[in-house]
Amino acid sequence: MTLEELRQIAQNEREKQAQYKHRIYVCVAAGCLSSGSDQVKIGLETEIAERGLQNSVQVKGVGCMGLCAAGPLISVETEGKMYQNLKPADAGEIIESLGSRTVERLELDTNLPFFAKQKKIVLENSGQIDPERIEEYIAAGGYEALLTALTTMNRAEVIEQVVKSGLRGRGGAGYPTGLKWSTVAKAGGEGNTQKYVICNADEGDPGAFMDRSVLESDPHRVLEGMAIAAYAVGANHGYIYCRAEYPLAVKRLKLAIKQAENLGLLGANIADTRFSLKLDIRLGAGAFVCGEETALIASVEGKRGQPRPRPPYPAQEGLWGSPTLINNVETYANVPAIIRNGGEWFASIGTEKSKGTKVFALAGTVANTGLIEVPMGMPLKEIIFELGGGIPNGRKFKAVQTGGPSGGCVPEQFLEMPVDYESLAKVGSIMGSGGMIVMDDSSCMVDVAKYFMDFCVDESCGKCIPCRVGTTHMHNLLAKITSGEATQADLQLLEELCQVVKDTSLCGLGQTAPNPVFSTLRYFRNEYEGHIEQKTCCAGKCQAAAPKSKGVGA
Amino acid sequence: MLAYATKPSPPSDDKRWKLVEASMRRNGHEPNALIEVLHTVQELFGYLDEDALRFVALSLRVPLSKVYGVATFYHFFTMKPQGEHTCVICTGTACYIKGAPDLLKAVEETAGITPGETTKDNKISLVTARCIGSCGLAPAVVFDGKIGGKVGTSEMAEKIKGWMQ
Repeated sequence: MTLEELRQIAQNEREKQAQYKHRIYVCVAAGCLSSGSDQVKIGLETEIAERGLQNSVQVKGVGCMGLCAAGPLISVETEGKMYQNLKPADAGEIIESLGSRTVERLELDTNLPFFAKQKKIVLENSGQIDPERIEEYIAAGGYEALLTALTTMNRAEVIEQVVKSGLRGRGGAGYPTGLKWSTVAKAGGEGNTQKYVICNADEGDPGAFMDRSVLESDPHRVLEGMAIAAYAVGANHGYIYCRAEYPLAVKRLKLAIKQAENLGLLGANIADTRFSLKLDIRLGAGAFVCGEETALIASVEGKRGQPRPRPPYPAQEGLWGSPTLINNVETYANVPAIIRNGGEWFASIGTEKSKGTKVFALAGTVANTGLIEVPMGMPLKEIIFELGGGIPNGRKFKAVQTGGPSGGCVPEQFLEMPVDYESLAKVGSIMGSGGMIVMDDSSCMVDVAKYFMDFCVDESCGKCIPCRVGTTHMHNLLAKITSGEATQADLQLLEELCQVVKDTSLCGLGQTAPNPVFSTLRYFRNEYEGHIEQKTCCAGKCQAAAPKSKGVGA
Repeated sequence: MLAYATKPSPPSDDKRWKLVEASMRRNGHEPNALIEVLHTVQELFGYLDEDALRFVALSLRVPLSKVYGVATFYHFFTMKPQGEHTCVICTGTACYIKGAPDLLKAVEETAGITPGETTKDNKISLVTARCIGSCGLAPAVVFDGKIGGKVGTSEMAEKIKGWMQ
């Protein structure tokens, strides 16, 4: 495959698309699928067949359009319209209306801030292309970055662009990606050291579904990013470690790998160069700790997912003792655009220290639940009240939880804050992978802290004592507080214990497990006091104990 | 590497074991394929029992203790047979604050089971998931593999009652 051949495929595909007078895109990502978008698609196809319009109207399944709350969604691409909450019975009316009018009762305003205020890099193809056809990805400029890098850039030049871009790891910690790449590239000296690339698709944070959406909507983008990374660091074998709870993402990844191999975009001697890359999928099995890189590596090796002390870092000694590059799905998904448009272009978006865009999963008590991508540094208020559409049912905003069980709750007084790595850290939370759970005044913050602690108790791998025993004791103390049996001494003990667990745990899971307690204590201490002194819960939540989880499967 | 005089034979002549063996062959009987193979067994049989673990351990040349360790470490693997119907209630953060605890209560009141349990007549199993990534549809429940979104307590109870008959 050469660049010319690739462009020929792209042109053929674009010409094929242009033959249709009307193009209807149906969202077939998990959110819309579960509200019945596959039936809507069949309905549309049937109506088209009945009217004999197969040659002028195209219906295709595409990835996530973002506004999961209004699904099933479709867009009439040729007219720039979107329709929401569709049922198969609406298909006839939609087909009738093509080219003449708008079906107003189903229309979704595409000028809503939810759509208008987004800036899409990672999600640029989501909702636009059929994730199960590589030709469509190529027609959208896909794999051009890979072939350009392989044929016109040396490894150092690729890394230089990533360094220039200022891209930071999107998995949570925000480590500079370029730096990580150059460490792995240098590892093992000049010889032919065996190296690996790994894609962390073990999206374990409850309330986060960014990676799932990217994998379901545009799997080739992740493969291309991984291939560029493998070329840059000198790896010839890679693994995608994906949650078993995401069957659709796994299916589309498998298909994408096969398609790319058939076209010679993966496999041996890509683009007739000496670069080869084999990609395999490894299924996770429901362990949150496997998001930690050393635990993830153990799991890829078929062992229990328990972390080990670092150093040595995976960049030096990773998978089977070889230098290994681990990045998150969204990090890889940014790479093709960086190589295509240059690092400087990417660095022009966002804030001084947080470059580019970030995908967030908006969930909880917010009107527009779904997936958004915004430039780094957008004020929290804008995200929640303009894109998110505010709090429904006339209730009042209380806090937004970011970063999952390792993160914290950001209260109302920081709504003006720009969302970037530094600002979130300053108020005691973290960017995390991008989950944003909005909570209104019906949520009790002590109960929320207890919920996350329950999660950590369950997910602690048991290797180190502070985390294994500490999380259980913290949970017991929180339960004592919510049941109204605690004293001030218990609260003091809880604070002390949090500090010890934070300071002495082996890995990130334990070190950050107290974060939800720290941040709720910092901003909602009065609620803790209320449970202890007045034995009341201001949100009226705390009569029932949180559910105890046993077993996972989906 | 240890060589076995005879190839370990499957626990029974159930045809599904052929597929398990194929999965092991595809991975070159490498010990690092353990999790992949356990996924295959669970997909085919619904759960992992002792015979299965012994067979996999022998075939991949991994100590049984390690196989047991892996099977019990990961939440996804279960060593108990599941009921005819499985109901997975998502208890991710978004579902939790939107009423997943009420759904759990509804199932308990209707069928008398708590998470991890199966009804005595083996009809219904209830499990919880940490997050199924359908937060836009919170609270979400997976009924026999099909995701239901924005599930209410009465809808939940109806569904369970339907399964109980």
